[in-house]
Amino acid sequence: MSVVDRGADEVLLGFTRALRAAGVPVTHDRAHGFLAATATLGLDSQRATYLAGRATLCGGPDDLERYDQVFTAYFDGRDGLPRPRPAQQGVPGFSGLPDTEATGAGESEQEDEVVRAKASDAEVLRHRDVATLSAAEKHRLTAMFATLRPRPPARRTARHQQWHRGQLDASRTLRASLRRMGEPGEIAWRRRRVRPRRVVLLVDVSGSMSGYADALLRLAHRFTQVGRSGGGVVETFTVGTRLTHLTRAMRIGDPERALIAAGETVPDWSGGTRLGETLRFFLDRWGQRGMARGAVVVVFSDGWERGDPSLLGEQMARLHRVAHRVVWVNPHRGKAGYEPVQQGVLAALPHCDDFVAGHSLATFAELSEVISRA
Amino acid sequence: MEPSNPADIAPGDLAQRLGATGYLCDDALATVTYLALKMQRPLLLEGEPGTGKTALAEAIAEALGLPLVRLQCYEGIDATQALYDWDFPRQILHLRALEAAGAAGGPSVEEAEKSLYDARFLLARPVLQALQQSPAVLLVDEVDRADDEFEAFLLEVLSTYQVSIPELGTVRAATPPIVVLTSNRTRELHDALKRRCLYHWIDHPGLEREVEIVRSRAPEVSEELRLQVVRIVQTLRGRDDLQKPPGVAETLDWARALNYLGTAEIDLAAASATLGALVKYREDAERVRHALDQMLRS
Repeated sequence: MSVVDRGADEVLLGFTRALRAAGVPVTHDRAHGFLAATATLGLDSQRATYLAGRATLCGGPDDLERYDQVFTAYFDGRDGLPRPRPAQQGVPGFSGLPDTEATGAGESEQEDEVVRAKASDAEVLRHRDVATLSAAEKHRLTAMFATLRPRPPARRTARHQQWHRGQLDASRTLRASLRRMGEPGEIAWRRRRVRPRRVVLLVDVSGSMSGYADALLRLAHRFTQVGRSGGGVVETFTVGTRLTHLTRAMRIGDPERALIAAGETVPDWSGGTRLGETLRFFLDRWGQRGMARGAVVVVFSDGWERGDPSLLGEQMARLHRVAHRVVWVNPHRGKAGYEPVQQGVLAALPHCDDFVAGHSLATFAELSEVISRA
Repeated sequence: MEPSNPADIAPGDLAQRLGATGYLCDDALATVTYLALKMQRPLLLEGEPGTGKTALAEAIAEALGLPLVRLQCYEGIDATQALYDWDFPRQILHLRALEAAGAAGGPSVEEAEKSLYDARFLLARPVLQALQQSPAVLLVDEVDRADDEFEAFLLEVLSTYQVSIPELGTVRAATPPIVVLTSNRTRELHDALKRRCLYHWIDHPGLEREVEIVRSRAPEVSEELRLQVVRIVQTLRGRDDLQKPPGVAETLDWARALNYLGTAEIDLAAASATLGALVKYREDAERVRHALDQMLRS
């Protein structure tokens, strides 16, 4: 780093700080790499510094775009550094179970009654439509999401693992006997290895779904967290007027913080629905290349399509050809008198493997069953 | 070309040398490649399929006169496919030979056992090969297809450039190989791996550069046809309704295909006959045929 003097170092590090403030995750070793790269190229030209930073400080196409903006702003001394969006208002921070005050040993009959009443209350809440809940009820329901234990779906891979029964593992058996200088010994067995299948959640956050968005993102968060602990991958996107990759936000452990992060990431809350177009974008950018390939894809939407329903049908057909299984979750499906008559639903239904309800905690639990069996 | 020490190359020189092999790159890519050589850091390339990620590794190897070792990643790849394995049948054969010789007073059991794990029974897989042959270019192709565990393993090798084999000891590269990783972004790579690497996103080339590329890669194609092909491809890439917009590889294929048919100027018949070289989906073919019809008429 001898080429770069102290003053220049400070300027360059100041730039990494500005970049961090603009939302590019610049770590210390990345910043260090940047200094080393500029030292290699020399500080004579701004273009060299620009290229050195691009190579060392960025990790994806999203970063590159921000990088360009910050670089111009910082080194040309112009205003207008992109700032992180202010935190969305109205996402409350809760903690703890709200209805667990009754933890004392319920000796008297009266206390027993209270506990029982609460339990059945919770049972009722499980079946209530989440869009119709009051703020207090929602608050209680959030804690109940922790009771969902979705199992990631499994697939058998081409590879084998040692097992105590199954197929004969000739190679391992021979290897073991070789280790004993050719003496025969115990026979090894193997079976096809089982790996969790990827789950892709596409959550419609358009206006008609706004009552469900909060609950569905909580569900997505739960899936992501439980899936991760089981070694599986759950990818979450929101669809509406545009497609937003939410997996990073959903990986934050604390559900409230994850939801706040999601709120900051998604730009089109309660906008219109152009499901066909966003689906096409998803398939072009992510799905066809592997994100949806062989995965269980779950679409959460009520099917109120503003765009061309035939486009939606075409894209659902594409999705169906790429994915292992396509599950459509409709919040209205479980309600009395519901008929799938919306044009969007009609166009999409022929290309779905499952069409399930999704308006209450109980239906979410059923959905997790459908996914784990897929 | 004589093998050259990567550390001795000047930045401008590198682009020129790559150009001499037929790989034309802009100053951004040339600079980041130069940095990768100088800083001895792996180079992570992302971008649309067919923009020349893999070709860059091949070009670097050719330009510097170094051997290219290629590791194709796939789901379920593990360390034995990337590093080394023991040649089991030959070990058995060796054992049988020892047995036969044993009757006439061959080696003791310990010696026999030791001789089984000799370097000659070692099958070096790409990563080990690259370390042994270094200086070399190691291409880790489509790293996004491999699993997380494999990524962690790669990270370990790429940070130390050494591999330890319990029976033989540690293999360390005298000079770290030049490592090029490519990814199609089917999944997000781990941050730890990305941080080790220099990152570059390769875009589709502009009109002029693409014409240059066709000129250098398919010199048999006439000037006129070349320009026409590239114009059409660039227009098609601008459309947003194609499932798989054509990459540079498709441009080259199409130009060559048209040339084989003796086409001097593209008409709808020649284009339809060769469309399979350009687009790979039935729906896309329909759309492109329609667009071409309009383009050629106007």
